[in-house]
Amino acid sequence: MHSFFDPASPQARAVAGLWWWMFGVGFVIWLGVAALAVYVANAGHGQRESDDLMHVPPETRRRIERIVSASVFATVLVLAVFLVYDFSVGRLLAQHPQRALTIDVVGHQWWWEVQYEDPNPSKRVGTANEIHVPVGETVQFKLRAADVIHSFWAPNMNGKRDLIPGYVSTLWFKADTAGVYRGQCAEFCGLQHAQMAFYIVAEPPVKFAAWLAAGSAPPEPPTDSTLLYGQRVFMSSGCAVCHAIGGTEAKATVGPDLTHFKGRSSIAAGSLANTRANLTRWIQNPSAIKPGVRMPALPFKPAELNALVSYLETLK
Amino acid sequence: MMFIRRIATTAALLVIVTSCEREDRRLNSQQPAAPTQMVPEVRLQPGPTLISDTTEGPYDDNAYGTTEGQVLFEQMNCSGCHANGGGGMGPPLMDDEWVYGSKPDQIFASIAEGRPNGMPTWKYRLNNQQIWQLVAYVRSLSGLTPKGARPSREDHMMVKPAPAQTPNAKPKNSGLPGSAQRP
Repeated sequence: MHSFFDPASPQARAVAGLWWWMFGVGFVIWLGVAALAVYVANAGHGQRESDDLMHVPPETRRRIERIVSASVFATVLVLAVFLVYDFSVGRLLAQHPQRALTIDVVGHQWWWEVQYEDPNPSKRVGTANEIHVPVGETVQFKLRAADVIHSFWAPNMNGKRDLIPGYVSTLWFKADTAGVYRGQCAEFCGLQHAQMAFYIVAEPPVKFAAWLAAGSAPPEPPTDSTLLYGQRVFMSSGCAVCHAIGGTEAKATVGPDLTHFKGRSSIAAGSLANTRANLTRWIQNPSAIKPGVRMPALPFKPAELNALVSYLETLK
Repeated sequence: MMFIRRIATTAALLVIVTSCEREDRRLNSQQPAAPTQMVPEVRLQPGPTLISDTTEGPYDDNAYGTTEGQVLFEQMNCSGCHANGGGGMGPPLMDDEWVYGSKPDQIFASIAEGRPNGMPTWKYRLNNQQIWQLVAYVRSLSGLTPKGARPSREDHMMVKPAPAQTPNAKPKNSGLPGSAQRP
């Protein structure tokens, strides 16, 4: 679901309310103007003498003046009402609690790095392209960019906020309806800008707490010989140069954290569903799916690729 | 007048042709292959140090490939030892001294095979395309690649003019041996 007409937070609801009021009032005014135009087009042209603009009778002149000033006043009034309404919505969006769950989001070409802050470093949870949030709690986002300007936009939750290199911008919202909502980079950031999506997973607080607790635990180490081989391929080839898997020696931060890779619904920032076939296709040649992507195609032999994919599929 | 116009048109066409090559992203083409002969090491040579620069790497004239190399240089932590090209634990890359040669295939071999005293082997970690992109960036640091394709800005603090402003490297094929040039 990726629609601003379907708000799932008080913030998005306020913005949608403002939009609907503007649309409704604008529509009524348009109808009035259109009706007037039709009426004028069909009305008679009056007497010949009165066409002379230099000699308008005084009572007609006064009527014209009254009509013009009334319309100007009505326009100014409508704009002023919307100015106040818009300002109050802005104030509402700017209110946030002192303490809130803080999530660090870093925009990369072309994926989202997500980190859940915690005073205890071992409890920090790193993931990518999928942001779990508790329903009914205000969540604060600290937004940064690693390379170029991106923009964080989850239309069901709140408006857009730009991520600017060297600068931390913030955004907050309180999801009040559980569900999965799509978000998208909203500032052109290069070749694969369109394929830079993310998902907001709003879930009940209990479920969220369980997810967060599981997130900081490393995945089960493999025991099966194929999986062990897959893990060895991961560590000894190019994979571990960019990706991290909790509990192993892979700790790089160039690409997405793969600790709980299989817990996410998509591959490559919403480009593909997270299935085994898609994962194999993706690793074989990422550029065929996302031309220009930073992830290189590495020359794996079929057995290596198979073991590697089997291993990645266990990272729940 | 006609003559001047003709020259201008030809120049414009030439600019278009060269800029196409410069910006070509080669996203769907085949990866460039590794050099046929991986030079394991450059032998000691008599006479002056040589920069014999007639060959070009596959991304040397390509701005996109060179900047991708620049990104990789940071991501793979080359700066950890080479400090943005200025040198630290590892040798500087922006000067005109090349312990293992300045030719593209020699630099490729240095990155792919690794070198004594700390340079790791990258051939199992990066693919050929990435190594060639690094080669282009490393060569751009000292002005060995065509000027138009070099990055016009650095991603880090600029302590020296960007590669695009670096003067073209001059072939050193006369004078004293490299070791004797030191003060």
